[in-house]
Amino acid sequence: MADGAPIKIELKGVTKIFGPTPAKVLPMVEAGASKDEVLEQTGHTVGLRDVSLQIAQGQTFVVMGLSGSGKSTLIRHLNRLIDPTAGQVLVDGEDIMGLGERALTDFRRARMAMVFQRFGLFPHRTVIENVSFGLDLRASGRAAREESRAKAREWVATVGLDGYEDSYPHALSGGMQQRVGLARALAMDTDILLMDEAFSALDPLIRRDMQDQLIDLQGRLKKTIVFITHDLDEALRLGDRIAILKDGEIVQVGTGEEILTAPATDYVADFVEDVNRGRVLTAGRVKLDCAVVTSSEAPAEALTRAGNGELQITYVVDANGKLLGAVTGSRMRRAIAENADNIAGLVEPVQTATADMVLEDVLPLTLRGDLPVAVIDADGKVQGMLSRESIIAALAETTGPEKPVQ
Amino acid sequence: MSFGGIVSLLLIAAGAFGVALVVVGARPALARSQRFAISAGVAVAVAVVLAIADLAGLGLLSAASEGADPLLPLAAWVDRAVDWLVTAYGDALRENISNPIVYAIGFFERFLYQGIAWPAMAIAFALFAYHASRKWTLALFVAVAFVVIWALQLWKPTMQTLSLISVSILVTALVGLPLGIAMGLSDRFRTLMRPVLDFMQTMPSFVYLIPVVMLFGLGTFSGVLATAVYAAPPLIRLTDLGLRLVDKEVMEAATAFGASRSQKLWRVQLPLALPNVMAGVNQSIMMALAMVVIASMIGVRGLGQEVFYGLQRQEPGTGFTAGLCIVLLAIVLDRITQAYGRRMQAHYQTGAH
Repeated sequence: MADGAPIKIELKGVTKIFGPTPAKVLPMVEAGASKDEVLEQTGHTVGLRDVSLQIAQGQTFVVMGLSGSGKSTLIRHLNRLIDPTAGQVLVDGEDIMGLGERALTDFRRARMAMVFQRFGLFPHRTVIENVSFGLDLRASGRAAREESRAKAREWVATVGLDGYEDSYPHALSGGMQQRVGLARALAMDTDILLMDEAFSALDPLIRRDMQDQLIDLQGRLKKTIVFITHDLDEALRLGDRIAILKDGEIVQVGTGEEILTAPATDYVADFVEDVNRGRVLTAGRVKLDCAVVTSSEAPAEALTRAGNGELQITYVVDANGKLLGAVTGSRMRRAIAENADNIAGLVEPVQTATADMVLEDVLPLTLRGDLPVAVIDADGKVQGMLSRESIIAALAETTGPEKPVQ
Repeated sequence: MSFGGIVSLLLIAAGAFGVALVVVGARPALARSQRFAISAGVAVAVAVVLAIADLAGLGLLSAASEGADPLLPLAAWVDRAVDWLVTAYGDALRENISNPIVYAIGFFERFLYQGIAWPAMAIAFALFAYHASRKWTLALFVAVAFVVIWALQLWKPTMQTLSLISVSILVTALVGLPLGIAMGLSDRFRTLMRPVLDFMQTMPSFVYLIPVVMLFGLGTFSGVLATAVYAAPPLIRLTDLGLRLVDKEVMEAATAFGASRSQKLWRVQLPLALPNVMAGVNQSIMMALAMVVIASMIGVRGLGQEVFYGLQRQEPGTGFTAGLCIVLLAIVLDRITQAYGRRMQAHYQTGAH
């Protein structure tokens, strides 16, 4: 993995075939028969085909695909709500296919919690009883049960449902119900959180809210989250890495930016076509080269460095490399005419953006002044620049596997 | 050959044609016309063979014979099996099962119509109705119904019937709930039980009264047994249905959070199935009330007996008043159990809005 974190979950060659005799159909699927052929000839449905994935610890891994792509089947393999026809599922290096019924139950109680698309709440239990359901399963004895109630109460408060502890799920709105679902999963205090289209059933505004809450919680909890969605914007927003699934096969795995700028197939390209690129592309990726001079330099020298481009401009730094501002070509020419010693007096302030900012956030900065925004790294060093025009050009660019962005 | 014989011959040939068509149809390689030709050939062949056999006197094309010993002597087998059961186990069954239950019913009966004053009973039921429905109108109706029964001077038979039904439903629940749960959990057991339930429900109740009376004699226990058998299927079916109707995602959630099989059953499935189970209890009570008159024919006391008297003595009034009491009892029990079912359902709506 890029960030060097240990691998938490690994799928090795997982194939799932639905039907009365999947084992008999397996050779045909392994030989490469298409999903339609298999259905036509045997009546079996191929859910997943040879899926291999590695999910690093602390990562939000999004599996994204349209309905029927097998994404819900995939996530159910991780806690064995569905068993694969072939292949291995490893969690912390342990093959969970080897677990017996008892061990599997313990594994589910201790290692993973899940959030469901239609919430999967227990309608006969109150909010607090729902949240403490998993804890109660682990608890034995009165004291332990009291403890799990207290813990559940905390989580109900964390997701913002104070005062609703004793309500029944049917009395809550969809967004509130899913908060209960989220609290129920978080209360288990597991390393791994499985989220099956957790926000898909919610209204757009509430969905956005829940995404923010999840991002916020994840910032503190650093769990390994496997998130299933059919919504690319959601995938790009939440996912550290994204896997795109089509007809039960992984088409591409990568960061949002990688998928957006270098789609592996036409399918992925079509998929990302309508996405809001401004939310994904970063300043660091689309920045233009720029000239940088120190404030002690002479105007003529600086003008040469600025070149003859459309944007005749150079950024000015002090002796320590700290950005002071920028000087335009016209000012430099005037300074040459006036025989100025150096350019220190010509510097105009500029807006700055860090390299990891998304274009959507950079664009407003470009509107605050006429000079292009300076792109700086974490130490404040200038890496490049972004003008209004270059941002708009990057946003308007259409991508395809045949002509990736430079 | 008679006219009937020719019609029979044509019908059998048509049947052979149909069967042949289905069999040949499994081979898609053959063209449509080929398949028809083959089937027609089979039909003609069958017809010819039958005609020859008929002329030779085999009798397949003539009307069914009567009076002779049946080819399938099922009746004789059943007779022998029941005889064996009665001689081998009759006394033991009477002593160990029948007698204690008869004693319990007798005690319960006397408690209901001698132990408790009728106004107390009426008030108890009215409170019960209010607790179930939170509606004073229902409570009032129940109280009035009991007053009417008392005024008709049918209090004692009504209480006898109530005790018969209570005990029968208890037996039904004790046997039916585990069976229903087993059906809900196991597809295989369900496949096995479904024909048994169909049999219990559609076999005329007189039919199984015969061996029951042979084993246990005329009287209350036979009545309880017959009523319980007749009343059990809806409870079993609705328990099964209730377990199966529990939302799939809710069950998945229980599994995903690490609930064991028994935890899933007790903490999720059964509580969520309760409204359906309650509907099953309600249906079973209604079925049991329908058995009251039939049970009176094997000597069960109560309202059924009054109806039966009315029939025997040609007293329409006696029959009507007893029938009215059965109706009142049915409405009271139905409304109370339904109200309980509804109250259980209050929190049970699932899913997104």
